[in-house]
Amino acid sequence: MTDWEVVIGLEIHAQLATKSKIFSGSATAYGAPPNTQASLVDLAYPGVLPVLNAEAVRMAVKFGLSIGAEVARRSVFARKNYFYPDLPKGYQISQYELPVVKKGKLSVMLDDGAVKIVGVTRAHLEEDAGKSLHEGLAHASGIDLNRAGTPLLEIVSEPDMRSAKEAVAYMKKVHTLVRYLEICDGNMQEGSFRCDANVSVRPRGRDKFGTRAEIKNLNSFRFVEKAINYEVARQIELLESGGTVVQETRLYDSDKDETRSMRSKEEANDYRYFPDPDLLPVQIDESLVDEVRATLPELPDEKAARFARDLGLSTYDAGVLSASRELGAYFEEAAALVGGKTGHGAAHAKLAANWVMGELSSALNRDNVEITASRVTAAQLSGLLARIVDQTISGKIAKEVFEAMWSEGKSADAIIQAKGLKQITDSGAIEGVIDAVIAANPKQLADYRSGKDKLFGFFVGQVMKATEGKANPAQLNELLKRKLGGGAQDA
Amino acid sequence: MFLARIERLNPPLNALITLTAEHALQAAAAADRRRAAGEQGPLLGIPLIHKDIFCTDGVRTSCGSRMLDNFVAPYDATVVTRLKAAGAVMLGKANMDEFAMGSSNETSFYGPVKNPWDTSKVPGGSSGGSAAAAAARLAAFTTGTDTGGSIRQPAALTGVTGVKPTYGRVSRYGMIAFASSLDQAGVFARSAADAAIVLQAMAGFDPRDSTSIDAPVPDYSATLGEPLKGLKIGLLREFFDGLEARNTALIHDALKIYRSLGAETVEVSLPHLPLSVPTYYVVAPAECSSNLSRFDGVRFGYRCENPADLLDLYKRSRGEGFGAEVKRRIMTGTYVLSAGYFDAYYLKAQKVRRLITDDFRAAFERVDLLIGPTTPTPAFDIGAKIDDPVTMYLNDIYTIGANLAGLPGLSLPCGFVEGLPMGLQLIGPHFSEAKLLNAAHLFQQATDWHSRSPRGYE
Repeated sequence: MTDWEVVIGLEIHAQLATKSKIFSGSATAYGAPPNTQASLVDLAYPGVLPVLNAEAVRMAVKFGLSIGAEVARRSVFARKNYFYPDLPKGYQISQYELPVVKKGKLSVMLDDGAVKIVGVTRAHLEEDAGKSLHEGLAHASGIDLNRAGTPLLEIVSEPDMRSAKEAVAYMKKVHTLVRYLEICDGNMQEGSFRCDANVSVRPRGRDKFGTRAEIKNLNSFRFVEKAINYEVARQIELLESGGTVVQETRLYDSDKDETRSMRSKEEANDYRYFPDPDLLPVQIDESLVDEVRATLPELPDEKAARFARDLGLSTYDAGVLSASRELGAYFEEAAALVGGKTGHGAAHAKLAANWVMGELSSALNRDNVEITASRVTAAQLSGLLARIVDQTISGKIAKEVFEAMWSEGKSADAIIQAKGLKQITDSGAIEGVIDAVIAANPKQLADYRSGKDKLFGFFVGQVMKATEGKANPAQLNELLKRKLGGGAQDA
Repeated sequence: MFLARIERLNPPLNALITLTAEHALQAAAAADRRRAAGEQGPLLGIPLIHKDIFCTDGVRTSCGSRMLDNFVAPYDATVVTRLKAAGAVMLGKANMDEFAMGSSNETSFYGPVKNPWDTSKVPGGSSGGSAAAAAARLAAFTTGTDTGGSIRQPAALTGVTGVKPTYGRVSRYGMIAFASSLDQAGVFARSAADAAIVLQAMAGFDPRDSTSIDAPVPDYSATLGEPLKGLKIGLLREFFDGLEARNTALIHDALKIYRSLGAETVEVSLPHLPLSVPTYYVVAPAECSSNLSRFDGVRFGYRCENPADLLDLYKRSRGEGFGAEVKRRIMTGTYVLSAGYFDAYYLKAQKVRRLITDDFRAAFERVDLLIGPTTPTPAFDIGAKIDDPVTMYLNDIYTIGANLAGLPGLSLPCGFVEGLPMGLQLIGPHFSEAKLLNAAHLFQQATDWHSRSPRGYE
């Protein structure tokens, strides 16, 4: 049996968040009625000419700087020629030989916490095509050119990924980055962030790459993983049964979870790239690069490093909490406020991290709410955490309080007050309850004392039940142990 | 007055594709009102004809092709807007070679244009209709475009003054593209002085054309008449190789006049210039093959009947909509851009283009202007070259260099051979239009070739 190595490279298309298109003044808003955001330039009327949107260039530069890439001082737009109804000019304006962004790299954290460096070959600017609509039209196809001319940054990776999971981790990292940079809204359902995956396999140890297939237009992380896994299995099966992989473009069918051939290399277009004579070469001078550099935010890796260094988070937690600017900001605010309220500084950052990654994230996911619209604000969460720290409530009760905060939108204190959830820390009061429980369960007491240690939990449960869970667990344990063992004392 | 003249004189010439009489009357009335309101301006109320390559809002813009026979432009080209703003009155749209591809105006879907000097002869092309209309005085001036000589060559063959400005001087927005890196709009007029006025209105930066140049436009009329004393004129040696003696004699007569005006003449050589025709016929088709892809029968223009499927729609719409010369160039261009041929043709041509540009630059370090014939021969018979593309292409041998280098060029009448006008060509460095116009103007002050009219069109 051959040991196969998987080789994956991704071409990610990130739609740039400019207000207008890359070569015309039309708006780029998603979801407008068909062809209402298509000007004569987008419709490729005779005589019209493209004019480059400088904002798109700035965004590309920003991306380049964030991956430590060299920004090309001179970059050229080229025409990629092919006929398709949703491509009005009969060519796409893209970049070929001289892209805006040259080689760079990204560090990607894998599931096991290991960090992998993935090379970025280049990133170039291009315009998106329109959409062909075949549904709901009898004997006809519709064309919506609203999307035609929308700016895209195509980010091409080196073939550095060795599994579907690595590919997804890399794609997520790029997704994080473009949102940090505020150059792409990252909305995958609307197609603002999508990728093509180049997949091949080779016997482990061999230098030469196997023949690759390109899977087009994957618009969710899940599909990327499933499509690659399907494709890897298909190629291995093909090779092991004596077949050969042909170079081709394939489409992933998410309903059937399979990839299907779209066109072979022989059927591929000869795109006849050549420099677009309607557009001058783009000159990017040092001052523009410096200007853009000054607008760079704290990048995800920098933020994660700071969380680990200054707040003592684990690498994993720091990575999760820096995955989006908004999540990081929420966490930082909550952690700082807990620190302020309890006087413990960064000491309770770990508590805040656990809660943001735990209860808060599950509530957000469950109700499909963005962190920026969270029903429990960072300030409110910090109020809850402060009550855990000062032992007003137990961690367990806190979960109940959190749920109430989430649904009622009130502060932790208000809910603790209203529901009487304050933890019982008065030893006398706890002892009273313990005595009552012991008195009510003489048989269990006798059994426990005769060696059935497991019954300790029974007594804990009974006391908690009697106090509605409010007894301080540590105190309860200690007192209960003493009381249950008390028989010896009496004797 | 001009409308009546067009109705009377145009039918045998076929210089116009579309007459916009109603438009013209309204525009003329508007110009009268502006004048009555005290506005002045050299073009206010002046009639013009636009080459049918410029988009005109609400008016058919055919580009001489069946492909756009049904195309009514929804906007005005910048050139049209500017001349409208100056008060010029459009009378109609001029015939032209299909998509500006031709040197005889015989490739037009609307039939050939006849030369007013002899209706058995071509007027040149591709702006043949504009040239013939200017020569026959169907308007005070006409617009044209010059990709490889399409203004200067027909100007020479019809005895009018034609100016192709520096690439980027006049906006290409709204001008249907043939070869984007070579196309430039210009003017046909009866004299350099008239052309100066028109160019003044046309020239200037346009934010909608990324290749238009943001440099101030000098007052072209203000410098007319400045003495030529000390002007160094370079005689292009390569332009006289193989030129007929009669034609050479006309150019030498012109040089005598320039010397008498105080200019100095020296011979210069541009060693790579003989490569300009093959270079052009790689670059221009390459660009046109891509530029004309938008004519696919989907959104506008000609669409074949009952297409069986998408491929059939493309093939038949384009196959039926385009004429033979356009198809020839699309195929040539597609070929030279293809994988495996790109380096040998397109890249090579770009390198030669650079060498030709460098030759011109070196020449302009020694001289102020270059001079030579505009065409190798006077107007030829209709039908004589249409079946022999290469012979036809060689007609532009003297004009293509300026396009490849982006330089301004001007053709002005300098005499007759067998009753047909010949043109003298002036080429200057980038943005030397004022100098070219002045040199042409002073020549026209000293001669009367430009004021002669073809019989019947006085």
